[in-house]
Amino acid sequence: MSSAQITLATAKRILTQLRHDHRTVALMVLVPTLVMILLYYVIGDQGSFDAWTPVLLCVFPFLVMFLVTSIATLRERTTGTLERLMASPLGKLDLLLGYGLAFGLMAVVQVALVLSVSLTWLGFGLGAPLWPLVVVALCNALLGTALGLLCSAFARTEFQAVQFMPVVMIPQLLLGGILVPRDQMAPVLEWISNVLPMSYAIEAMKLAAAAGAEGDFWRDVAVVAGSAVLALVLGAATLRRRTP
Amino acid sequence: MMSCAVAVRDLRVERGRRQVLHGVSFEVPRGSVLGLIGPSGCGKTTLMRAVVGVQTVAGGTVTVLGEPAGGPGLRTKVGYSTQSPAVYDDLTVTENLAYFAAVLGAPKTDVARVVAEVGLEDAAGQTARTLSGGQKSRASLAVALLGAPELLVLDEPTVGLDPVLRNELWGLFHRLAAGRGVTLMVSSHVMDEASRCDRLLLMREGEILADDSPGTLRDRTGAADLEAAFLRLIADREAVSDR
Repeated sequence: MSSAQITLATAKRILTQLRHDHRTVALMVLVPTLVMILLYYVIGDQGSFDAWTPVLLCVFPFLVMFLVTSIATLRERTTGTLERLMASPLGKLDLLLGYGLAFGLMAVVQVALVLSVSLTWLGFGLGAPLWPLVVVALCNALLGTALGLLCSAFARTEFQAVQFMPVVMIPQLLLGGILVPRDQMAPVLEWISNVLPMSYAIEAMKLAAAAGAEGDFWRDVAVVAGSAVLALVLGAATLRRRTP
Repeated sequence: MMSCAVAVRDLRVERGRRQVLHGVSFEVPRGSVLGLIGPSGCGKTTLMRAVVGVQTVAGGTVTVLGEPAGGPGLRTKVGYSTQSPAVYDDLTVTENLAYFAAVLGAPKTDVARVVAEVGLEDAAGQTARTLSGGQKSRASLAVALLGAPELLVLDEPTVGLDPVLRNELWGLFHRLAAGRGVTLMVSSHVMDEASRCDRLLLMREGEILADDSPGTLRDRTGAADLEAAFLRLIADREAVSDR
């Protein structure tokens, strides 16, 4: 059995697990859309809503994939299925890519729904092509998956795994240029902001919403995708065939 | 063809600062059923994990089917079933087996075969979460039987099973050994299962107390049953160390 076939079998297995868990699927797919609708009515002003939409499109795929992946891989570690897989021909990257593929697919569904509701019902004024937004959202979902895998290695329990979410998420949001533009931050904070992948994701999403794949768009996307690959490689290093 | 499926030499394993296996050595001939017997915490699971190649070891060598334990060539040849069932709770028995079969590159028809071998036909469509303890451990055992393993390492596979099922599984183990030439390492703390093994390793506190056939053990100690033989061996060992 080739590595690609094992990866596909793993992705299929994860999707089958999700199929048995309707509530999780409903939460993954519906919550971002419901929050977007809530945001629309809270803001009540189309101009501000149009400015906030790209930010939420950035945050949600990342957040949901981070949480779901870190809990799912932690379960693999604690129930012994990971040990079983580490004694099998499955390669570490097969497992990680299987997760990336399965949850990436979920991210597509999630983003498709939230975008179609935003563009129709909520009248999100997009003055550019749609596909650059989808590209950024997907890269961001993969980044969430990869970081979730990595962080799950440092959690012993599901309680700890959930607590990693604010640790990873909130500094990236505060320093990502949402509340205060990045060039107006204190220099130290701007430096930190420069090395956080979410800063680039948010910038790419704003560019995509304003003008499509123009300016620094591809550089930003490359940074996000590169960070996802780096996190996957680091995540693979935390999977050990032999454990104490 | 090597005569030895497993050869362990001076195996030492440490957990933290504590040594849990103190230089264990033994061999398992091909096509035989080896029983690992000893109280909980004596190092049975650690020893089995070392044979499978998922245990970090501090020293010694473990050779499995002529290769260092855990080597890439062994990953389809060694079937492993952990003490607590390692299956996905939210998948059905069949879905679990289909996934592991795909990972091992085993034919799809294997799923139905192993379900029948562990007697889970009636529960094959149930999610693992809804299975009873005994059913779940049989589902986990079924995963180890997928493909054509040459060595089966089974950690307490019959825990929580009624005598009829236990008897059936031991029948299966012997059929695998006699018919397909599979080597089995089976741990247990039930003494009446010990008598069904070709050879026994009696373990206590990270050491091997005895490595013999059940009959020889009974004769050597002059005990009526294995339980008594085990107790006598421990008493002898303590008498030696007190001196």
